[in-house]
Amino acid sequence: MALLASFVCGLIFGAGLLISGMTDPQKVLGFLDLFGAWDATLAFVMAGAVAVAGTGFAIARQRTAPAFSARFLWPDRIDIDAPLVSGAVLFGIGWGVAGICPGPALVNLAGLSLPIVVFVVAMLAGMIGQNLFGKNLWRRRTLAPRIDNPPLPSRADG
Amino acid sequence: MHDFTPVSGLLGGILIGLAAALLMLLTGRIAGVTGIVGGLLQPDTADRSWRIAFIAGLIAAPLIAALFGAPLPRPAMNASLVVIAIAGLLVGFGTRMGNGCTSGHGVCGFARLSGRSIVATFIFMTAAIVTVAIVRHGIGG
Repeated sequence: MALLASFVCGLIFGAGLLISGMTDPQKVLGFLDLFGAWDATLAFVMAGAVAVAGTGFAIARQRTAPAFSARFLWPDRIDIDAPLVSGAVLFGIGWGVAGICPGPALVNLAGLSLPIVVFVVAMLAGMIGQNLFGKNLWRRRTLAPRIDNPPLPSRADG
Repeated sequence: MHDFTPVSGLLGGILIGLAAALLMLLTGRIAGVTGIVGGLLQPDTADRSWRIAFIAGLIAAPLIAALFGAPLPRPAMNASLVVIAIAGLLVGFGTRMGNGCTSGHGVCGFARLSGRSIVATFIFMTAAIVTVAIVRHGIGG
């Protein structure tokens, strides 16, 4: 059941991206182009998504366990560290160039157009690269002073 | 030139929020595409099946829409393939380093009122707006 639920959630999420127009990079870039012909649609997408997700999360907080698994896996990190900031900057630059973020990239993959395939392959390579090498970028500097602290839990925020 | 479409935007957003709410209520997971895909690409990940199921759902959405006559998404992109590849690398590397993207930090993070996610979202939004300003209008243009 958990697998079917995950699939259906992916389906609804993808439908939402399609209906909202966020799978179209020109529409996303239209939002990011504050100094051009600004298209505010993305703000409405975010507002609707955050309102409904926030309501659902508030209901979840009052329950002891999800329907089809043992426990809620809420992200537990609250620190604002260098990888968070640097990663967000790098992501923002790439997003601003292409107008595509990971969710819409995967939905668009169904159309198998060459630019999207190139983007997704590069995105997966970037993720693998970060999985393999990214942590070393910060470990060198932070290992010595923080050696008495336990490593922070690495559960992803999203 | 694209038109402002607040109604379909809000409707699509509500569906995105519904998917994020349901994934948490049913499976206890955060609907962050970066975390879901990035975890799948890590060799020591034990829980692969639900990640594959969610991604399959994302890709199935336009295929099912096509059964009802909608065109498959083949978006026009202005940049060259080399530039698109560099952008893809930055998006993949950056989202993984920052532990999230528009879905995980933007939607789910804001919905959880996570300070970490709100900071990340403002940073990647600002970086993207500055990038578009430079690409489209030139520095200071």
